[in-house]
Amino acid sequence: MTHAHSAISAETAPVLEAVGITKSFGDFRANDAVSFAIKPGEIHALLGENGAGKSTFVKLVYGLLQPDAGQFFCHGNPLSISGPQQARQLGIGMVFQHFSLFESLSVAENIQLALPAGEVLTSLSARIRELSDAYGLAVDPDAYVYDLSVGQQQRVEVMRCLLQNPSLLIMDEPTSVLTPQETKQLFAVLRRFADKGMAVLFISHKLDEIRALTSRATVLRRGRNVGTMDTKGKSNRQLAELMVGSEVADISRHKEPGKLAGTPPVCRITKLQRPKSTAFAVALDDISFCANAGEILAIAGISGNGQDELMAALSGEWQPPTGDVIVLEGTDISHFNPAARRRAGVGVVPEERNGHAAVPSMRLSDNALLTHHSLGQTVRHGVIDHTATKAIAAQIIQAFDVRVPNDDPMAAALSGGNLQKFVVGREILKSPRLLVVAQPTWGVDVGAAVSIRTAMLDLAANGSAVIMISQDLEEVFAIANKIAVLHDGRLSDVMPADQVTAEQIGLLMGGDDARLGASR
Amino acid sequence: MISMTPRKDISMQRTVLTPVFSVLLTLCVGAGIFAVLGYDPSAALYQFFVAPLSRPDQVADLFVKACPLIIIATGLAFCYRANVWNIGAEGQIVMGAVCAGGVALFFPAIPDLLMMPAMIIAAMAGGMALAFIPGILKTRFNTNEILVSLMLTYVAALFIDWLVRGPWRDPESFGFPLTKSYGDAALIQRVELPGIGTIGQLHWGVVAALALAVAAYFVMSKTVFGFQVKVMGDAPRAGRFSGFNPARTTLGVLCLSGACAGVAGMVEVSANMGQLQPEVSFGYGFTAIIVAFLARLNPLGVIMAGLVVALAELGGDRAQMALGMPKVVTGLFTGILLFLLLAGETFNRYHVQINWPRFDQLKSGQLKSDEEG
Repeated sequence: MTHAHSAISAETAPVLEAVGITKSFGDFRANDAVSFAIKPGEIHALLGENGAGKSTFVKLVYGLLQPDAGQFFCHGNPLSISGPQQARQLGIGMVFQHFSLFESLSVAENIQLALPAGEVLTSLSARIRELSDAYGLAVDPDAYVYDLSVGQQQRVEVMRCLLQNPSLLIMDEPTSVLTPQETKQLFAVLRRFADKGMAVLFISHKLDEIRALTSRATVLRRGRNVGTMDTKGKSNRQLAELMVGSEVADISRHKEPGKLAGTPPVCRITKLQRPKSTAFAVALDDISFCANAGEILAIAGISGNGQDELMAALSGEWQPPTGDVIVLEGTDISHFNPAARRRAGVGVVPEERNGHAAVPSMRLSDNALLTHHSLGQTVRHGVIDHTATKAIAAQIIQAFDVRVPNDDPMAAALSGGNLQKFVVGREILKSPRLLVVAQPTWGVDVGAAVSIRTAMLDLAANGSAVIMISQDLEEVFAIANKIAVLHDGRLSDVMPADQVTAEQIGLLMGGDDARLGASR
Repeated sequence: MISMTPRKDISMQRTVLTPVFSVLLTLCVGAGIFAVLGYDPSAALYQFFVAPLSRPDQVADLFVKACPLIIIATGLAFCYRANVWNIGAEGQIVMGAVCAGGVALFFPAIPDLLMMPAMIIAAMAGGMALAFIPGILKTRFNTNEILVSLMLTYVAALFIDWLVRGPWRDPESFGFPLTKSYGDAALIQRVELPGIGTIGQLHWGVVAALALAVAAYFVMSKTVFGFQVKVMGDAPRAGRFSGFNPARTTLGVLCLSGACAGVAGMVEVSANMGQLQPEVSFGYGFTAIIVAFLARLNPLGVIMAGLVVALAELGGDRAQMALGMPKVVTGLFTGILLFLLLAGETFNRYHVQINWPRFDQLKSGQLKSDEEG
């Protein structure tokens, strides 16, 4: 196979060059002085964990966001990209993770909608066929979108970009919805683009794919550009280390809570199965593990590998059809709804703060009620005691140092970190027997992250069990006693945190389970 | 180019002043339109806003006009707050009236004291049953409740039409499509104050409507049920996380709004008609949708909004009679009033910003590309 990158000379002006691109959301720096260049005919990977700033960067390139500082250059000319339409005029095409096709229209009609007015359907169909043959896309312009598989729909999106003659094609996690065969086909198409001189920016966190497809990779970690390097000759391990951060190993772990060893587990999950509920969902496959008193069990893994599904099963938002799947201290809570599970002693902090863990348009006292209404003290005969809910909110605000503009503000008025402290504090102050937390410090500033982690450690030290679903390996190694990795709906063996390395976990997160045997 | 961002905290002062400003603006715009059309603006505005409020009995009639609107909009406020779109109150009114009428006409043996409670229960059941259909179809089969509830309106309208022309027609009605008249126990009496007597058409249904709105305010703001409705409306995912059942919430608010509409139908017939006829509601079920939104889905606000809408309708009637103003003009004026009230509310809730294109973009001809950004 001829790779285009071999033909590139160093003098070729980059298709796109980013210099010092910075973007903040409130006090959170999503992109911090990101600089790198994409050459013509190159397949360039943008690599990083979820939350590392990949999506923000792509939105900046495509004009959906404007950078706070920094400059993009195109063939050496400075440019400011004010919107997607301008980005397209500049020759930047983008295929999003989720498609935007009208199911009831044909492929040609869908593409016609994206093009400037005046395009005739018959000639468009002919052009689609022509391009389809040239790149091996196998797109039938007359097919209706509802008849197409996910992979075919993606090819329609690619075709839509191609018709605008882009010099740079951005693909945001394109393989997350594809079967291995479809992935192979897509890679063949992308290589053909590169051979014809088009540049591709390929966003992913799947290490095998990046090594197979791309020539160079830029690694983002916490919004910062860690480096741009050739992917040839790099091992998965080296890439994982770059993505996760080599400083991981330096952080001292929490000591094992020896005094609680030997007590029966607080919560036992046995053969948890959940079929796929939608095309973008992940099936949970036979997950079994125990959460022990005094321990923090980290479930590492990249988002979209069954974390949401596992979380819903643990919180009670989804209940398994059979019993004895989730047993909390001798009580089978499999069929309990979230309110009943809370009464049984489960505290849950979902990943998404806005609209899941909290209602942005409601005051903090009402948000406190959200997870307290089934616990007595706040409600008598169906009537809310607003004095009690305000007192709980005030208690959380005080105990967790939540910075608030007034006594009882709307949740939307709080910064991400402060709202996160509030929703974590809301659960921890109830002293649950089992605390389930997803991405507890995602998008949170360092100070808030420290206080949230300390609170979780204190809860465990007092004899509760903590299950922490996290993709932040630094965090996992900082506070977890045991680690398991969730990949593609399957859970690895539970390993003591002091007996595995970040590299091993990173490999398991990327789906490479040859090194450490997955439990099944 | 134009961006609307929700305001994070809305001041009380703003909330009170916005509708006042909207009404003032309506007066100006209305006066302009009346003048252009050749009517004396001051006389027209007098007929609209002053005349219907000039005597106690006229004020009482305003409340009577607002009564069904308040009852229905109170129920709808819960529905819409939960993001469930019951557009079929008009049909639920009819079914409430029919069921209550069935009790009044065919069970005259019920003791007088129990007749009214029995009719209320029947009316609630009737309205609820019709509202339950879109609810169960939505929760089971994910159908669109807007379409189903709206279409059932026509079913209900044809059903009562068939009843009063067919099986329920009074044989002594000389062929008119009317049922027998209700017995006295099945009629809602006028409010009689000691020493004053009756005031206009004011009846006990009005008192009940006001009490209902106040009670609904309490339920909405102080009970877990109200909280559940608001959470499911604002953030359904947070509601499920909290332990509320989405399907039960949907069914609950639909049944509640159906029951309210049913009672409104029963009150209209028992207080004003005394027998069933082909038409028992004159668009109240649709007007109440506007009332609910004008009230920002707040049951106490429903009282005010119901009165405002009733005033606009009564004022329109008066302007037609006194000044010979065509119905379309009075309708236009009412429309302007409602439009400006709702627009004012939008400005109250959102910060609207117009971003003029930057000079450098204009210069380099990049204006077009701004459309999507």
